[in-house]
Amino acid sequence: MSVELNELTVGQDIGSRAIEVSRADLVRYAGASGDFNPIHWNGRFAEQVGLPGVIAHGMFTMGAAVQLVTDWIGNPAAVVDYQTRFTKPVLVEDVDGPGASIEVSGAIGAIDADNGTARVDLTVTAAGVKVLVKAQAVVKVW
Amino acid sequence: MSEQAGVNPDLAGRVYPAGAAYTVGREKIREFASAVKATHPAHFDVEAARALGYADLVAPPTFAIIVAQRADAQLIEDSDSGIDFSRVVHADQRFVHHRPIVAGDELVAELHVDQVRAMGGGAMITTRAEISTVAGERTATTTSSILVRGEGQ
Repeated sequence: MSVELNELTVGQDIGSRAIEVSRADLVRYAGASGDFNPIHWNGRFAEQVGLPGVIAHGMFTMGAAVQLVTDWIGNPAAVVDYQTRFTKPVLVEDVDGPGASIEVSGAIGAIDADNGTARVDLTVTAAGVKVLVKAQAVVKVW
Repeated sequence: MSEQAGVNPDLAGRVYPAGAAYTVGREKIREFASAVKATHPAHFDVEAARALGYADLVAPPTFAIIVAQRADAQLIEDSDSGIDFSRVVHADQRFVHHRPIVAGDELVAELHVDQVRAMGGGAMITTRAEISTVAGERTATTTSSILVRGEGQ
């Protein structure tokens, strides 16, 4: 699909999706990223350090959430600036299949005609709680 | 009485020079893309990436974390940093891309410790990795804050 800057309006919805997360997804992300902190795969360890259980890597959530933007703009390299704060952990239950669901939605937060960019503000929740705050992706619109 | 050494407040301003180059491989881009549930063909299919005008497979927007966290490891593992990795929580993250990362890039990262702030019994540490190619072309700037929780936090 093709996105035109002059057809965008602030507040415009770019869509939403649910991302199902299993313990296997966290192991896969650990291997792919090199982040083997045991809080992301070892329940005993997570509880010893005061967490309710195994939690997703913040960077997994950040990396998965931006796919909504990539698919909307049609080019992963269009994302020139992407930031977030990690406010609440995503608890991933030890069950067969998905142990958590991350809900992502996006809306246009700002348009910069001079630079040919638009800012997408993401709302990212799990179990009804915001897990990312100020999750913003600036995309180049060609 | 036990002594809690804590995070060294003198870390701010420290710079860790670029270490060994990280070579971005096609299979690593595919693996990382799958791990963040990315499906765009430019991560997987060289022809699709070239059709968009890139020399090779395009890395996902957060791929640079691999290079940034290797640079961060120099700080965390530094014997005088006072950082207990088991007490580290990722607080925020930003990626600014100066140009897309593609397969075949050889990347190095210079790590800057921009800020160390006491937070309760712990500390918030903000680092910045300036990522460039070995030839000196600026590629990405990543900024990360980690909270090192103090006792009882």
